[in-house]
Amino acid sequence: MTITTTELLVTGADLLGRGRADLLIRDGVFADPATAGPGAERLDADGLVALPGLVDLHTHLREPGREDAETVETGTLAAARGGFTAVLAMANTSPVTDTAEAALHVAALGRRGGHAEVVPVGAVSKGLAGAELAELGLMARSEAAVRVFSDDGHCVSDPRLMRRALEYVRAFDGVIAQHAQDPQLAGREACCHEGEISGRLGLPGWPAAAEATIVARDVQLAELTRSRLHVCHVSTAETVDVLRWAKLRGIDVTAEVAPHHLLLTTDEVQGYDPTFKVNPPLRPAEHVAALRDALSDGTIDAVATDHAPHARHDKEHAFAEAAFGMLGLETALAVVVETMVNPGRLGWEQVALRMSTVPAHIARLTGQGRPLSVGEPANLTLVDPAARRVVDRSDSASLSRNNPWHGRELPDPVAATVWAGSLTYRR
Amino acid sequence: MRHLLSAGDLSLAETTGILDLAEQMSLVQARPVKKLPALRGRTVVNLFFEDSTRTRSSFEIAGKWLSADVINISAKGSSVSKGESLRDTVLTVAAMGVDALVIRHHASGAPWQVTQWIDAQVLNAGDGTHEHPTQALLDAFTLRRHFRRTAPGQIDFAGRTVAVVGDVTHSRVARSNVLLLQTLGARVVLVAPPTLMPSGVDSWPVETSHDLDAVLPEVDAVMMLRVQRERMSGGYFPTPREYTVGYGLTRTRLGLLRPDAAICHPGPMNRGLEISADAADSGRSRILDQVAAGVSVRMAVLYQLLGGEDDTPAGGSADARPRTEGRREAPAPDPRGQR
Repeated sequence: MTITTTELLVTGADLLGRGRADLLIRDGVFADPATAGPGAERLDADGLVALPGLVDLHTHLREPGREDAETVETGTLAAARGGFTAVLAMANTSPVTDTAEAALHVAALGRRGGHAEVVPVGAVSKGLAGAELAELGLMARSEAAVRVFSDDGHCVSDPRLMRRALEYVRAFDGVIAQHAQDPQLAGREACCHEGEISGRLGLPGWPAAAEATIVARDVQLAELTRSRLHVCHVSTAETVDVLRWAKLRGIDVTAEVAPHHLLLTTDEVQGYDPTFKVNPPLRPAEHVAALRDALSDGTIDAVATDHAPHARHDKEHAFAEAAFGMLGLETALAVVVETMVNPGRLGWEQVALRMSTVPAHIARLTGQGRPLSVGEPANLTLVDPAARRVVDRSDSASLSRNNPWHGRELPDPVAATVWAGSLTYRR
Repeated sequence: MRHLLSAGDLSLAETTGILDLAEQMSLVQARPVKKLPALRGRTVVNLFFEDSTRTRSSFEIAGKWLSADVINISAKGSSVSKGESLRDTVLTVAAMGVDALVIRHHASGAPWQVTQWIDAQVLNAGDGTHEHPTQALLDAFTLRRHFRRTAPGQIDFAGRTVAVVGDVTHSRVARSNVLLLQTLGARVVLVAPPTLMPSGVDSWPVETSHDLDAVLPEVDAVMMLRVQRERMSGGYFPTPREYTVGYGLTRTRLGLLRPDAAICHPGPMNRGLEISADAADSGRSRILDQVAAGVSVRMAVLYQLLGGEDDTPAGGSADARPRTEGRREAPAPDPRGQR
């Protein structure tokens, strides 16, 4: 539960790896530690690294509609345990977040829960049907102030609709977050990276080209419309190449990678365990390597979890018929530490960029991803760089258990999370 | 054997053992009274999530001739659409006290998942576009007999060339045959248009070709695969006519085959599409032999899985449910010696 104190003095934390300092949190903002009162609660952060609270551009909180799989309350509890202070909630709920009213409802659920900032993502098209624009402007102008629009789960495959969406959201500084999957090349049945393993296992293939071709089209539409494009869950080396080209050209495109694509490979599906069924699918090791390179050099801007909880019975079907998706909020930083920090591919300042500052900027969240400076909103994640654990899926705040990391030893980095001055998680 | 899921799980010795046992089982088929008491008191459920008259009938006859209680359950259609998970469906069936579950499923991998959930022995009767191990065994049985008849004294499969022709991408028959023929030592050539060749086939222990005319003269056997109706509208090839010209076993192509080469087809055939009536009905056709072999091979497999240790019903069906390894050591029955 959230613990609110008047003053919280965090002592001895290493601020983004730059050096140790104390942090005083008062009234939801950082204050001068020298002014701490004698009654301030103290949090000993000796040996811990302080990062701005993490921001997840991509979660599925399932409420409204599938409260048996996750609620905004449980999803944000999981977020806090993962070090996140803000999460964007994708629009593929029931009903779909394609109106201002629906967006306001999701935002209100987040405020009621009180574990993290919940920012609704608006649908690009009505009912995610890919035919007509949803009321993008009304969602943007509402108190929910929606800036990120996505049909995630579905690709905005009609190039004309994609062009219009990009053009239209320019009026309010919106961004279209594309789930890049050409439905003609990779239909709903596609569930395994097309390659040696899909051929051997007899699983419908999801070719890498079905992602990169859409991204290649969309960056050119972003150039044409002078608008902002964000590419969700990049999974292939070819997409990375397209992004590099687009960024060199000055196109306003950003991209995210999901933690599971940084570590897990197609090999995992060989036992037909639907826990490893995810969209886009797990790719071979050469793609994983390319994604790490791209995250390291900034071609990929952000890590976003694509946290996708599912009720057990929706995963207990034949592989091809089971639901897509895996949990991610509680383990995202662990995977980034394992794959990027420990091998020296990212320093803590860059982790702060990729998991807080840049995603906050992409979503135009003014109170997130800020410096750990006096006067700034007190959103903070304290990281223990050395701790490790064996992941146990039952040890989770999520209502679901589709955890691909179960039984695997990973870092256990999140020591505490502070959102808006309140401790939302402490190990 | 604990389960029979993949043709690739069988060693050469195990494969030969099943084929030898199937030869003994086939003697039963020739008798007026076709019943062995071997699996009396055992319950075999054919759980079919996909229609298949011939495979289901073949398993049913095989089980009945071994005196097992055989129950057919049709669970056609997606479990997702019915609202019941695959796990719940198989747990329900297993809870009735089943010794072996023969599973046919339209989705690849389903039998593997089922083994995680229940104790009963699982026999893969075809999963999606993945595997169909008893089909590969019956094909091997048929070919072994054919080779022994046409070239007595030669080693059964070593040095033999088998062509598998057609929609390899979507064929569980092809995948299981590739694995089993590799174990048996045969050379396999897959012949298909590039659109119907599986991704990653370069890593398979096979040769590939798009030129059936060039391959046919060198084969000891050719297996023609069925072209599914939905492939015809799937853009994999322009027209059925063009497919037949490129990849059908036409009357003209029959002349390219060696006189002693065997023609196989897992059925049901599309006569006039992948196989001409002349080929299907020719003296080299082993297609009806395959059907007969299906029963013998499935008897052998069911016996290997369930039989051997306790042929009497005295222990009761619940106790008779096999959970232990090591049944492959069971002695082969001598059908002539029983009854």
